[in-house]
Amino acid sequence: MLNTLLSGDYPRSRVLTGILLAILLGLAFAPFLFPGAAAINTAAKVCIFIVLVASYDLLLGYTGIVSFAHTMFFGIGGYGVGLGLYAFGASWGVIALGILLALLVGVVLAFLIGLLSLRVRAIFYAMITLAVASAFLILATQFSEYTGGEDGRSFSVPPALRPGFRLFETPVFGTVINGRILAYYLVFAAAVTLFLLALRVVNSPFGRVLQAIRENDMRAEALGYRVVYYRTVANCLAAGMAVLAGAMSAIWLRYTGPDTTLSFAIMLDILLMVVIGGMGTLYGAVVGATLFIVAQNYLQKLMGTASAATEGLPLLPKLLHPDRWLLLLGILFVLSVYFFPTGIVGRLRGKSR
Amino acid sequence: MTVAPAPATTPEALPAIKHDYLPILLPVALSALALPFVGNPITWVTLTVAALAMGMMIFVIASGLTLVFGLMDVLNFGHGAFIAVGAYLALSVLGLLSGWVQVDSLGWNLMALGLAVSVAMIGTGLLGWAFERVIVKPVYGQHLKQILITMGGLIVAEQLIHVIWGGDQKAMALPTALRGAVLIGDVAIEKFRILAVAVGFVVFAAMLLVLNRTRIGLLIRAGVENAEMVEALGYRIRRLFVGVFAVGSALAGLGGVMWALYRETLTAAIGGDVMVLVFIVIIIGGLGSVGGCFIGAILVAMMANYTAFLLPKVALASNILLMVAILMWRPQGLYPVAKR
Repeated sequence: MLNTLLSGDYPRSRVLTGILLAILLGLAFAPFLFPGAAAINTAAKVCIFIVLVASYDLLLGYTGIVSFAHTMFFGIGGYGVGLGLYAFGASWGVIALGILLALLVGVVLAFLIGLLSLRVRAIFYAMITLAVASAFLILATQFSEYTGGEDGRSFSVPPALRPGFRLFETPVFGTVINGRILAYYLVFAAAVTLFLLALRVVNSPFGRVLQAIRENDMRAEALGYRVVYYRTVANCLAAGMAVLAGAMSAIWLRYTGPDTTLSFAIMLDILLMVVIGGMGTLYGAVVGATLFIVAQNYLQKLMGTASAATEGLPLLPKLLHPDRWLLLLGILFVLSVYFFPTGIVGRLRGKSR
Repeated sequence: MTVAPAPATTPEALPAIKHDYLPILLPVALSALALPFVGNPITWVTLTVAALAMGMMIFVIASGLTLVFGLMDVLNFGHGAFIAVGAYLALSVLGLLSGWVQVDSLGWNLMALGLAVSVAMIGTGLLGWAFERVIVKPVYGQHLKQILITMGGLIVAEQLIHVIWGGDQKAMALPTALRGAVLIGDVAIEKFRILAVAVGFVVFAAMLLVLNRTRIGLLIRAGVENAEMVEALGYRIRRLFVGVFAVGSALAGLGGVMWALYRETLTAAIGGDVMVLVFIVIIIGGLGSVGGCFIGAILVAMMANYTAFLLPKVALASNILLMVAILMWRPQGLYPVAKR
């Protein structure tokens, strides 16, 4: 049973198993364990980013392709659901239709980009995705009569997911089961399903070929695998998963805008989560996303305190200003690529061997 | 015993290098194609001159990047950092020399500008040298890590600019004598654009001269074709590479100064904005090719300017379409570099 669920890819380290179990339980019972709107928001964000980062890891960690357009697919998912709900009112049918359309657009776009750039050489891909993603961001903000421009669009979700909705009359374990909690569990269930699916993909023969391509694409080609074909399929799969993550994000936030889905800052966050968690292991996505988002919430507060504490010293308060947290993350990113290329999960697994 | 006859002293003439003129016609064709859409010839000339100026600036920035890639197979995503640092250094120098900048005399203005550009280029050149040593050197030959690391370097550099110069948008005023436009017939051409075109052509000419007429240029071109062979012949390709990297960074600094003066405003994100265009340019031109980069820059700038006039909302997207079209025609770019 467990073997089937995890596709035979166990954490292979006691510490890692412990961490993963803690994250799973924490997320599964988040509304009961951590009361308050902020905590459940963080938990939902963790779920969404686990899916997003796992899908990115499929590209970066397993296939060895660097893409800067992952937020574009995330955004397509978000806008697909968001604009649908905005235009046609809150119903489940609209959500389904929005997801389907967004999936179609995302996968076709990923296919076209792949066709254009993956044939020639993988390094093209990084540059072309960067260009395409910026063009998409600009288009999304320019066509404001459809997309809401910089402000984005707020919309309502089906009644069962609204805060006013009550599933039971009486509270369960002291918590009222309202629509928000239902929405959270929808996001959580989707995240678990998609994550297990991704595990299935990377541990299938197909996933092994992807890893072979990452290690040595010439050799994979020589063994008889069409590298272009595998890269393109991986690209479309990752894009589709990112679209779904975007849809989850839209349903949870009840808002879609460039800052929450398309911006380059989110792309950097994803890169950091993958690298810190560990490239080439999906469990890295879980650890990286959780650690990063929790840290993000507290790091800025910490930096504010540190900045205030060093008041009067030259330059130091400016370096520690909360707005400069990207600086620390950037340094952390460079250092972890150098010294820590397998990330947390790689380290933990390495020790257990 | 007879001596073998000496080999013919006049060997067959070396096969002439075939020049591929087709890509050169592209900008001409594109501008001709745009004329009926724009309609008014005067507007068209203004747009074309603006495109040339913008193209030159992009070329100055992109040339270093494409050479670095050609020579050492290093794709520097952090190139944008040099653009921004160059622009900010010039901003500081021009701020100090505000007397020279505000006086309405071309000589003093150019002197201030020249000083600012020198400081910017020296600063970014040194920064490039340090960047190569610290950031790029450990990850030679690993594309994946290169992309990630240089991207990280770009973030750190951008944030440091925030720390040093502050994060608000700065005004970058043009020197007095360079403001306004010159009237040629009915066509008004901004003075700064003329300067930008001139600088661009000088850089292009100097680059071609160095690459085609000097020993260093010969080594660089040989290195682009086959670095290992150059190394086997006893040249230190690494040292050459560091030099090219530093010069490329200095050129990015120069381009950054020009770009900031062109826009007349400056934020730390300036590098990232230009880099998107620069990437399109070097892909169109063929990675590693200076000539292709030159034509690509003009093409991209023309496309950007014409569509900004005709359909302002899709300006950047039109360049993606341009890139797609060119890659369908020549998948390796306009001038593919032999081995890669």
